[in-house]
Amino acid sequence: MSIITKKISITAGLIMMVSMGASYADNDAGMIKQTKGSVVIERGEQKLDAKQGNKVLVSDRVITGADSSIGITLHDGTLLSAGSNSTLSINKFVFNSTTNGGELDASLKRGTLAVVSGKLSKSSPNTVTYRTPTMILGARGTEFVIEAN
Amino acid sequence: MTHFIKTLSISIFISAISGCAADRVVLLPNADGSKSALVLKTKTGEQVIDQPYEALSVNKSGAISLDKESPESVRNRYGEALDAQPKRPTSYIVYFVTGKDEITPQSLAVVEKVKADLKTRKAPEIVVIGHTDRVGNVEGNDDLSLKRANVMRNILLANGITADRIETAGRGEREPLVPTDDEVSEPKNRRVEISVR
Repeated sequence: MSIITKKISITAGLIMMVSMGASYADNDAGMIKQTKGSVVIERGEQKLDAKQGNKVLVSDRVITGADSSIGITLHDGTLLSAGSNSTLSINKFVFNSTTNGGELDASLKRGTLAVVSGKLSKSSPNTVTYRTPTMILGARGTEFVIEAN
Repeated sequence: MTHFIKTLSISIFISAISGCAADRVVLLPNADGSKSALVLKTKTGEQVIDQPYEALSVNKSGAISLDKESPESVRNRYGEALDAQPKRPTSYIVYFVTGKDEITPQSLAVVEKVKADLKTRKAPEIVVIGHTDRVGNVEGNDDLSLKRANVMRNILLANGITADRIETAGRGEREPLVPTDDEVSEPKNRRVEISVR
């Protein structure tokens, strides 16, 4: 009995340690670090002006206008930056900062996107996916640029 | 009229050779020089590229073609997206005095580096993880590791970083940099890891 109680308290302790680190909501994917020109975030029915320091959530669609760009850092350290006339969607993002495990799925419908992979693609290389209308890309700890027309 | 047709056919030709109708990916060299690869899948096939500046284009019918870019051509074509790239994440380690939440004198310089780094970033976010060596019991070390993390957190707060941008955790003696037996004093394990992004 005392062994069971001890095990439970250790488990509870571990859960507590982990949860103290997780201060993000489940659908929180990253943060806008810089913008230029006109950039809009479509979130459900809402259309929001994208500003430095704003959060990027799962299911957000980021749309840049002419002469516009945006730079986003996801919570695993992935850097996403889009040039003008681009449409970028964050379809899925799950990141456990304790294990570095999780999943990332993003798509570029049009425009240009530069990517520097973060911790996710190092620990879970098969769960990081980028899409365009004709391409599905698996990234293994890489830097690359994508263009969609 | 003939002039119009000529112009039209030239513009069609240009869009064909520049691949405007296709989606495209270019593998870039990793900043740290490590090897990398991309796997491309389409409706009809699959191809891997693993050399810097190799590029794949896919047209609407799903056909894949391979060619090569250069640093200059990438710059010309994708400069706008590359210029918008946020600063790369960086990590720092600050060491602590044995059994205490006191930063070692040598590590104070690292704290200054963290502060300087933060000044160069737009909308910085920080993850602060405290650790201990294996001297003392597990519960006590959980407390100590969190106290150490909070020392760093307080420094960040005092330097204008808001609480919602700082993630803090203590991992106790579970994740040593240098694995040791229990009750072994190890300076490299008495630390706080700071990730800035």
